[in-house]
Amino acid sequence: MNKHNREALLAPILANNPIGVQVLGICSALAITTRMDKAFVMTMGVLLVTMLANVAVSLVRNHTPGSIRIIVQLSIIASLVIVFDQVLKATLYELSLELSVFVGLIITNCIVMGRAEGYAMQNPPLASALDGIGNGLGYGLVLMLTAFIRELLGAGKVFGFVVLPLAKDGGWYVPNGMMLIAPSGLFIIAGLIWLLKTLKPELQDKD
Amino acid sequence: MEHYLNLAIRSIFLENMALAFFLGMCSFLACSKKVETALGLGAAVVFVQVLTVPLNNLILTYLLKEGALAWLSPALAKADLTFLAFILFIGTIAAAVQVVEMTVEKFAPGLYTTLGVFLPLIAVNCVILAGSLFMQERDYGFKESVVYGIGSGLGWAIAIVAMAAVREKLAYSNPPAGLRGLGITFVVAGLMSVAFMMFSGIQL
Repeated sequence: MNKHNREALLAPILANNPIGVQVLGICSALAITTRMDKAFVMTMGVLLVTMLANVAVSLVRNHTPGSIRIIVQLSIIASLVIVFDQVLKATLYELSLELSVFVGLIITNCIVMGRAEGYAMQNPPLASALDGIGNGLGYGLVLMLTAFIRELLGAGKVFGFVVLPLAKDGGWYVPNGMMLIAPSGLFIIAGLIWLLKTLKPELQDKD
Repeated sequence: MEHYLNLAIRSIFLENMALAFFLGMCSFLACSKKVETALGLGAAVVFVQVLTVPLNNLILTYLLKEGALAWLSPALAKADLTFLAFILFIGTIAAAVQVVEMTVEKFAPGLYTTLGVFLPLIAVNCVILAGSLFMQERDYGFKESVVYGIGSGLGWAIAIVAMAAVREKLAYSNPPAGLRGLGITFVVAGLMSVAFMMFSGIQL
């Protein structure tokens, strides 16, 4: 693996994280992070769709006229998301009901579109695939971290397994209900961004 | 009538697209630095939303639902094409945005320059697609979908204008270096979202 490809895979995980640095794909990161299994399925969806969409867009990049490239990218992405949605409905029906519209919203997830437009249009398929995986992992990292904090503090569980026995079931842990309602995701991600930007001062906004 | 009013109130305040479901966050955070741009973008979203949700409702009812194609030929009475919903919805949205863009450019050049790059970007704004997907999931009728389109668009517009107003004042604050910019904006959005939760329970 040469330097260019390694860069494509590794840079988006931390240094150029899609959520923390590029501010892409935040919508789903906030809404589905109440439980780790939901966050995991969502991560897989975005990772696979980003990777395959990047490869497909990269393959047709030399034959796509500039004026219709957005609609070409959108139809590629929408087809991939339909496949993912059907597979999810066939295998994990309960979870697909809970994720409801958010699977469909992978189509408009800015990460997928942003990588197709910003990277795959200029780069060969292999590098684009790695870039897709890297961005999927970077997105997943933030998602899983947020979901871990929310599920652990809000319900005392990790991946549905009881870690902190709840007081109402005879344990000792009184859950923090705040963690299960929507705004907590914003505060946690704000905290993660703060952490990332304190560790890497070159990312800080200059006024 | 009361049913529709209730739906409107619910989609504007209780189920606010931006502050309860966190949809359209990318543009919500990126375009909320000034009240003026926020207003323009909000108006454009309302416009496109009112156009696309009822349009997609018609597509769903007369083309995609199980048995919807019976009017074409009896052989198709059992066809269920709902799995095509995603791609048709996004197609409708992209086309509607294109039409809106050309109309605005022709008849309101001033507004067109203000909105600039945001107008085409509305096509990939999650609020718009989410409006159509929620419409499908909750089985809204045509009239309900018109009301829902107005309500959800308006709710998002209110949220982004409020956010922009807060951020204009925020420019004078002095948060820690790591929180500056994106971080503090997240915190503000979180606090606004907590405030909007106070609406829950309202019913007409």
